[in-house]
Amino acid sequence: MNRYQLDARNLLCPMPVIRTQDRMAALQSGDILEVRCTDPGAMQDIPTWCRISGHEVLDSRIEDGDVVVTIRAGGPTGSK
Amino acid sequence: MTRARKAVALISGGLDSLLAARLMLDQGIHVEGLNFYTGFCVEGHTHAIRERRRDKPRRNNALWVAEQLGIRLHLIEVVEEYKAIVINPKHGYGANLNPCLDCKGFMVGKARAWMEANDFDFIITGEVLGQRPNSQRRDALPVVARESGAFDRLLRPLCAKLLAPTLPEREGWVDRDKLLALNGRNRKPQIALAESYGFHEYAQPAGGCCFLTDANYSNRLSDLWATRGNKHYEIDDIMLLKVGRHMRPAPNFKLIIGREEGENNYLGGYRRRFVHMTATSHNGPLVLIEGEPTDADVQLAARLTARFGQGRHADKVTIEVTDPHGGSRLLEVSPLPSNEIPSSWYL
Ligand code: SF4
Repeated sequence: MNRYQLDARNLLCPMPVIRTQDRMAALQSGDILEVRCTDPGAMQDIPTWCRISGHEVLDSRIEDGDVVVTIRAGGPTGSK
Repeated sequence: MTRARKAVALISGGLDSLLAARLMLDQGIHVEGLNFYTGFCVEGHTHAIRERRRDKPRRNNALWVAEQLGIRLHLIEVVEEYKAIVINPKHGYGANLNPCLDCKGFMVGKARAWMEANDFDFIITGEVLGQRPNSQRRDALPVVARESGAFDRLLRPLCAKLLAPTLPEREGWVDRDKLLALNGRNRKPQIALAESYGFHEYAQPAGGCCFLTDANYSNRLSDLWATRGNKHYEIDDIMLLKVGRHMRPAPNFKLIIGREEGENNYLGGYRRRFVHMTATSHNGPLVLIEGEPTDADVQLAARLTARFGQGRHADKVTIEVTDPHGGSRLLEVSPLPSNEIPSSWYL
C-alpha cells in the first residue's frame, strides 16, 4: 500500500474530479490518495465519483480553507 | 450463453440522457457513461456561480445521474480539441455561438473511439427527434452518425422507433419494441417517464447543456474575438466570461466587475495577471481590467469601480489600482453617474 498526494487547488469543478479519476487509474487496490482542492464543490463531487467508481472515501475535511479528501482505491478502476 | 452487450452512453447531466441510459439498463445492457468537459459546460460551475445559487444543491449533475443509474461515469477533458469545433464549425452555429451539430459529431466520435478501445458494442445518446432546432432535425441525425464514424452503432433509445433500425436492434441486442418514439419539443413524456422511474431532482437546463446556447455569453465571446482580431481563446478567457459584469467602454480595454463575494474571490485568483482595482474608502467589488488601458482609461475605470460599490452616492471614493506585479497607487475619484454610462458598454 502506498500513499500519494494530488494538488488540485485553483481548479474549478469538474477538473478536480477529472484529475482525481486520472490519478486513481494508475493506483493499486488499497493505495491511498489525498486530494487537496479549493473549489468547495469538490467536497460533494469527489465522494460521489468515488461511490460510483468503487473507491472508499476515508475522510473529507476543510483544512486551511482547502477541501481535503482522502480516498482508498478499490478494485481495478476499469476502463478509462 | 451470449455475453451481455455493452453500451457507452453520453451523459450530459440532463433528463434525456438519464432516461436513454435507463431504458438500456432495463433491457439488461451493461451501460457506462461518458461526460465531456469542454470548458463551456454549465457543469463547470465556478464558486461564483454557486455562490449566487446557494439554495440549489452543489452538485455535478452528470455524477448525480450516474449515481441514480448505478453506472460508472468517465469524465473526459477535451478543452484543447474542442477549440476547433467552436472556432470553425463546419455546419455553422445555432441561434447563438453553439455549434451543436459539429459538437455532437465530435462527442459521438470520441465515444466511438472509447467504445472501440474498451470493447463496447454500441453508443447511446438522449437525442429526441425535432427537439432542438438544428442538431436534432431528421436530416441532422444521420450527419452525426456518419461524421462520428459510429454509423449504425449509434442508437437513440428515446426516438429509435422513428428512425431506421440500428445494428443493436437488428442483431436483437435490444428489443426495438421497448424503445420510444418521442418527437418534438413537448417535454411532458420525458417528465412522466422520469416520474414513473422515481427520478425527481433531475436538472432541467433551460437552453442546452452549455453556455454557448446563452445569448449573453455568446455576445461576450463575440466581443472577445472581435477586439482581439482573431477567434482564439484560452480556458481562462472562457471561464472569465462566465463571471461578473462585463463592460467595454472602448475597444482597447474592458472591465470585469465582481457582483458578489463569491465572484470577487474568484476574480481575485487572477490578480497577478491583470491591472485590478477596488475601493479602499468603501466596500465594493474587485474589478479586473483586461486589455491595454491608457491613464485616462484607468481613471474612467476607477470611476466605474466607485459606481458599483457602496460609495456610489459619495462625493469622493478612494480606489486602489494595482498592476499585475503588485505595484499600487491610490486614486481619489467621483463615482460615474449612471446616466453617463451608455448601455452599449454592457456586454
Ligand atoms: S448545447 Fe453546447 S454542449 Fe450541447 S450540443 Fe450544443 S454546443 Fe454541444
